[in-house]
Amino acid sequence: MTNAYDEMYTANKSVRESYRSYAEWLQASPAEVIKRKREEADIAFHRVGITFAVYGEEAGKERLIPFDIIPRIIAAQEWQQMAAGLRQRVKALNAFLHDIYHGQEILKAGRIPAAKILGNSQYRHEMVGVDVPEQIYSHISGIDLVRAGQGEYYVLEDNLRTPSGVSYMLEDRKMMMRLFPDLFSRQAIAAVEHYPDLLLNNLRSVAPKSVLNPNVVVLTPGQFNSAYFEHAFLAQQMGIELVDGNDLFVRDETVYMRTTQGPLRVDVIYRRIDDDYLDPRAFRKDSMLGVPGLFSAYRAGNVTLANAVGTGIADDKAIYVHVPEMIRFYCGEEPILSNVPTWELSKPDDLKYVLEHLAELVVKEVHGSGGYGMLVGPTSSKAEVSAFRDKILATPENYIAQPTLSLSTCPTYVESGVAPRHIDLRPYVLSGKEISMVPGGLTRVALKEGSLVVNSSQGGGTKDTWVLEN
Amino acid sequence: MLSSTADHLYWMARSMERAENTARMLDVTYRLSLLKHASADPHHEWRAMLSISGLHEDFEARYPIPNAVNVMHFMTLDEKNPGSIYNSIFNARENARAVRGSITSEMWEALNITWLEMRKIYQEGIAEDGISRFFDWVKERSHLSRGITHGTLLRDDTFRFIRLGTFFERADNTARILDVKYHILLPSADDVGGAADYYQWGALLRSVSAFESYRKVYRDQITPKRVAELFVLRPDMARSLITCLNEVNRLLQEINGPRSAEVIRRCGQLHGSLRYGVIDDIFDHGLHEYLSEFLEQHYNLGDLINKTYFWSTDE
Repeated sequence: MTNAYDEMYTANKSVRESYRSYAEWLQASPAEVIKRKREEADIAFHRVGITFAVYGEEAGKERLIPFDIIPRIIAAQEWQQMAAGLRQRVKALNAFLHDIYHGQEILKAGRIPAAKILGNSQYRHEMVGVDVPEQIYSHISGIDLVRAGQGEYYVLEDNLRTPSGVSYMLEDRKMMMRLFPDLFSRQAIAAVEHYPDLLLNNLRSVAPKSVLNPNVVVLTPGQFNSAYFEHAFLAQQMGIELVDGNDLFVRDETVYMRTTQGPLRVDVIYRRIDDDYLDPRAFRKDSMLGVPGLFSAYRAGNVTLANAVGTGIADDKAIYVHVPEMIRFYCGEEPILSNVPTWELSKPDDLKYVLEHLAELVVKEVHGSGGYGMLVGPTSSKAEVSAFRDKILATPENYIAQPTLSLSTCPTYVESGVAPRHIDLRPYVLSGKEISMVPGGLTRVALKEGSLVVNSSQGGGTKDTWVLEN
Repeated sequence: MLSSTADHLYWMARSMERAENTARMLDVTYRLSLLKHASADPHHEWRAMLSISGLHEDFEARYPIPNAVNVMHFMTLDEKNPGSIYNSIFNARENARAVRGSITSEMWEALNITWLEMRKIYQEGIAEDGISRFFDWVKERSHLSRGITHGTLLRDDTFRFIRLGTFFERADNTARILDVKYHILLPSADDVGGAADYYQWGALLRSVSAFESYRKVYRDQITPKRVAELFVLRPDMARSLITCLNEVNRLLQEINGPRSAEVIRRCGQLHGSLRYGVIDDIFDHGLHEYLSEFLEQHYNLGDLINKTYFWSTDE
């Protein structure tokens, strides 16, 4: 782990080009000024935190995600390459989703085993033959990238259901500009603040065809959901209504929201509710969050759901290994971004290898997310490894394994001062009539020394992400 | 606007106004109870206050006697009493939280801080000599919320539903405060005069911040009829019924929409009876009867507002 690629310094401790201006500034800034700014950030986030996250006396129930003031800086060229790779990947994923719910050409061509798709619990048979506007399924994709080895980028996973965290990207930038306005005048840093505009345009571009001025809403599970702040934030930033299931109803396969002026038709729903809970008539009967009849309106083409129902099949970790093949099949190109080498434990040879090397590998549950249900071999005890081995042996097809990547590090303020901590990057790719994104994304940082798990549920923090212009 | 949003905004404002009015009502009752007068029942005022608030059953089930300490606690910090100041502030804040995106951040922060301070007061308790300070605090926080609303919010339906909640709640409270004094404390309207009576009327006027207003308007001694007139019919009195209904009537007309006709008609009726009412007729009819009828019609109007804007069944 010690020889991880560092974003700021080369192996012989000289400052990388992308960080030169920042490092000079940091050097010239008195320690007490930085200390004061960090305190200021804490106070400001705490105040915002009272506003956003803390619920009455149960202050521990929703924690603030720690914010680090040292930015993660990406050179312009690097981002261009990354952006091209993201476009290509998301395009292929959307083409794949359309294909498997229609002609299934990729299965017929034998490029992906049909049983692996059609027998997967994430495959929504209800979506077969359903047409969606622009043939877009994943309107908002969060593609997790990590940097390893000598600095090469890998896609760690694709998040195509309801990827979250973009509000932190926007809040982090706002905080940095407030704390260090001089930094933003020193060098050209690509703006990200227009993300809500891009998102709204994107959602409007996939409205049902006959609608001239689409009514777009954000559908939340409610104020007790951990990401409620983000739902409310995005709705407010886009200037559209934030609704929960009770605000909507379906009549004649059309969705309406209840307003003080009577029912008003809803055309596009940016939903932050999982497929299972969307419509008690179509999916889980016990769901209190959804809207009865929503799926019938959706099938009839009278409302657009973003993301579409059934995208989970494409971000399943068992399907992840096939994304490069999708890119070749649908785009006729070689993938620009690499996958992490992955062993599929459903394959006997892979299983054998992985069981022999468990202590070196990362093993993940195929349907898991949020850093739960995984084993990080090198940092686990013998007992943990052995317990995980039993779980794998019980249902090997539920797991994949990857080498333990030495994620890149970025200098970060911790209790003992500034120290390198591992980071990842989640850019948000918007797909509608066109593909759009803001430069960069959300950088997450594992605050515990040596930890590779950046998830906020596991003690991760965030950093502002700068893409340099030129 | 979403019905649920309007509902939250309306109840956010009503709850905060209710907290303020409860403080005012307790304040006047406390002052009245300090004026010793011959009465068979030593807890007369407190009993009166509970019955007029419609909370006496809940109180009697949980407290032995309606003395000052018990009723004060019940109405201020009792978390089991849905009408306590504690719960009113909690409700105001919870409703605000649900529509945080629709109100200004200053509004939200003021309400959130009010709630956090309320929690602290709850944990520390209120000493007897701190009760007036507590009432002042409640009033100040309510003034602050209203002021921020007025000073920062776009004048659209968001603003209108908030104001509707404020004035709707206030009308209810003004009618009740007046009724406490009239119906319970002085069953006979002719039983007036004397120093004790002067202080009682003075306390009542002060509870709605109208003592100085009375002096300015009438420049004469305090009489029950004039006090009633001030409370019910004077459009220049900030908390009078007619002032509240002027606002409610105007707001409902501004909110106007395809389903508003019946609400506007019903409100116009109630508004008209105040607008063209004279105090002598009201006294002939009986003030208590008049106020009871007002409260009933007012309640029915609230119910209709509810059904029209917040809980319509469209499917």
